[in-house]
This record gives sequence, structure tokens and C-alpha cells, in this order.
Amino acid sequence: MIAPTLIDWFFIIQKLILIVIIVLITLGLALYTTFAERKIAAILQDRIGPNRAGLFGLLQPLADGIKMISKEEIIPDHANKKLFVFGPALAMIAALMTSAVIPWSSDIIIGGKHIVLQIADVNIGILYVFAVVSIGVYGIMIGGWASNNKFSLLSALRAASQAISYELAMGMSLISVLLLAGTLRLSELVHQQQQTHWNIVYQPLGFLIFFICAMAECNRAPFDLAEAENELNFGYHQEYSSMKLGFYLFAEYINLIMSSAIIATIYFGGYDTPFLSPTAFSINTMALIGVITLLVKIFIFVFIFMWIRWTLPRFRYDQLMRLGWKTLLPLSLLNMIVTALFILLSH
Amino acid sequence: MATSLFWLFSALAIFAAVMVVTSRLAIYSILWLVVLFFTISGHYILMNAQFLAIVNIIVYAGAIMVLFLFVVMLMNVNDPNDNKKSIGLAIFGGLATILFLLSILNIVFNAQHTTKEINDLATTSTGDIGLVQNLGMELFKNYVLPFEICGVLFLSAIIGAVTLGKR
Repeated sequence: MIAPTLIDWFFIIQKLILIVIIVLITLGLALYTTFAERKIAAILQDRIGPNRAGLFGLLQPLADGIKMISKEEIIPDHANKKLFVFGPALAMIAALMTSAVIPWSSDIIIGGKHIVLQIADVNIGILYVFAVVSIGVYGIMIGGWASNNKFSLLSALRAASQAISYELAMGMSLISVLLLAGTLRLSELVHQQQQTHWNIVYQPLGFLIFFICAMAECNRAPFDLAEAENELNFGYHQEYSSMKLGFYLFAEYINLIMSSAIIATIYFGGYDTPFLSPTAFSINTMALIGVITLLVKIFIFVFIFMWIRWTLPRFRYDQLMRLGWKTLLPLSLLNMIVTALFILLSH
Repeated sequence: MATSLFWLFSALAIFAAVMVVTSRLAIYSILWLVVLFFTISGHYILMNAQFLAIVNIIVYAGAIMVLFLFVVMLMNVNDPNDNKKSIGLAIFGGLATILFLLSILNIVFNAQHTTKEINDLATTSTGDIGLVQNLGMELFKNYVLPFEICGVLFLSAIIGAVTLGKR
């Protein structure tokens, strides 16, 4: 048991600063992901996209934010007021919580002290991510129910059943990686990939399943059944206005970035720069290169997510369920068995 | 710090449990139950049982309570004045609760009696049996037969659910 005087204040302050920095960077990235989404959509549809606010429209996200905040806040008469406010907050919290276990880069040294660029290097890193993903459903369900609108409720139920269905295949594809790595610690996973090959070499099918499931968990097209405008008017956030709507929309982009970061960490070596030895430069320089590498990998996946969204049409609900339960789940089970057999025979 | 966290989690757990029972809206009860699961996971982490803590959240808070939410939302049981419960149910329910409480209290008092020399309320941050590696080794070495039988039990439950669902 730790006596109050023995608490390592340096450790706590260091982690607090790290949390603030990571949350701020994530929010900033999410802000510009919305801009990227609009620009990429425009390019793919042969349009120009937002170009009025600032140079090349670069101030557009700020303009959007100001618009969101200054809109009138409306809480419907028949809504459950407490839960109506609680829903978007929960969505936002769950979206940001994932960032706690992602290893952003190798250690840095400031004033002779090692600082780990990861908020919490827990023993159960991957399971933690999984738990946060499964909690993320609550924000949508509570918001959809509290709105007291039939469309919102239907949309919330769709979103939740979709999330639950795809969580299974996601977990199964992860098990294959865990079998190979023998650890649940994300930093350890990155170290292993630095020393040998990236996990994508061993787990191409697992990666594909994980990627599709991540897309479904983020509620993005072609899996955006919960926001099917032509069936449900708008979605679970139909009754929301002002910044509460902003929170829901923003949480989706944070989820997008976090999914990309998790995919990069698990299958593409995290902050490992290809063709560069981890000891090529001084420790602090390597850490900086690591952060940039991870960010580049995240951007690539965010782009692929958007590319898919603006290319493929939406699934029908029965197609969605069939894909999840009858294609992805058996495939991930097969992948797991083959991986297990491979490990058994190679030992 | 571990002791103060223990008291915080305990107080929160009891408060959440009381709220589960006394809330008039079924949705509130469910959400307070989720809070309760989180506090229990906090206790697990204090005891270094990280795997148990996270699985508790994934399975109970993340899956089972979502299904509860589904049912409550679809059945639309949100009328707080819907209190038509029979007296017989209340009497037998109360009786069962008191009996259960007595048996739990029995365990609590006996436990205090046997661990008097340790003189500690709860052992926190000690032992590493809850870590994934050790737990896995235990399950697949010493307890492999019960573990596999549990697996078969779950499989039969799944098959039963599918057959009932197809009917």
C-alpha cells in the first residue's frame, strides 16, 4: 500500500501533461479530419469542395465549430432531459478513452528522465481497447432513446445491434494476432514487430476482417445504417442541435482516428519506421520520427476509410447482418484455427 | 492511495446498487447497474486482477446490459406509475432477500473471524494471480477439465438459444 507522502508527483504530473497533449492533438486532428472528409468527397465526386474560409478553405473547420456553438440549443419537450444531455457526453468520453493505451512513440529523455509516450502501458492493452469499444454503444443508445423519437430509437437499435455483431468477428481476428505475439501489451506488440516483421505479413486475412469490423464499429458508409438519411430522416442524433450534435459528429471522427491508430499499431508496426534501425539516430530524434511515422500511418488509414465511404453504396440491413455473422465470423474462426495449427506445428 | 480508492469504490458501489433498486425508470436502473459493474471492476484492479476487471466490463457492461437496454427500449417500459405488483410477490421477495442477506452476513462475520491476525480490510495491489499469463496457466494446467466442461456448457446454451430462436 502506498502512503500519501510516497506518491510519485513527478509521475502524476508527467502523465497529466501527456493526457492533455494527446487529447488536444486528437481533437485538433479530428477537426481537420472533417475538413479532409469534405475535400476528399469533393475530389472523388469531381467537385471543388470548401474553399472560401481562409487559404484553400483551411479555416473551414473553425467556421463549422463556431457555427455549431452559436446555434440555438434545443431540448425537445418529450425528451428525457438528463439522459438527452448525458448521451453525447458519453459518446465523446468513450471515443477519447481509447487514446490511453496507444503507444505514440518510443521513450524520450528530458533532463535525464525517461518519459514513456504512452499514457498507460497496461498489461491488458488490447482488451482495454475492446472494452472501450463495447462501452461506446451506450452513447448512441442513450441519445437515441432519450430523444423520444421513433426514428432516433430505431436508428439507435440498429447501431447497437450492428456494433455487437461486428465486435465478435473483430475479437476473433484479434485472437490470432495474440496467439502469434503472446502478449496483450500494445508496447510489447510494437517492439516485437520492430524486431521481426509487421503482423500484416502473418495475418493478412485477420487484418482484412479487423479493418471491415472497424469500419462497421465507426458507423461509416457502407455500414452507416444508423444514419441512413433516406430511411430514418437523419439518425440517432436527429433531435440534437448545437454543440450536442457537434459532439456526436465529432466523436465519430475521433473514433475514426483511434481505429486507424489501433490498426496501425496492431498490424503495421505502430511507430516503427520501415527500413530504419531503431538505433539509427539519438533517442529523442527517433521518438520524433516515430510519432511522425505513426501519424502518417493514421492518415493513410483515415484516407482509405474516406475513400471507401465515398465509393461504395450502403448495405441493406439483412446484407449487413449476413456479412457479419455468416461471412466474417466463420472466416475469423478459420483464421484463428489455421494460425493455432501453424504455431502448434512450428514449435 | 489504494485504501482511499477502496473506500471510494465501495461507497460508489453501494450507492449505485441502492439506485438500481430505487430508480423508478427501468433505464435508470440499467445505467446504475452499469456504474456498479465499473466500480466492481475498480475493486478487481485494486486486487491486481486486471483480466477479470476488463472481462467484467466487456461481458457485463458491454454486452449483457446492452441487451437489457434493448429489451427495455423496445418494450417501452417507461411509465413510472406502473406499480401493479402483487402483495404475495412482495412478501416472498422480501423473505428471499432477508434470507440471502443473512447468509451473506454469515460469510462476512466468519471471514473476519478467520483473518483476525492479518488485521486488514482488504489486501490491495498484492498477488499476481489475476494477471493474464498466470490466470491462463492456472486454467489450462490445474483446472483444465472444469474449464473445458464450462466450454461445453456454453456451447449447449448457444445451440439451445439458436434452436429456440428458429422456432
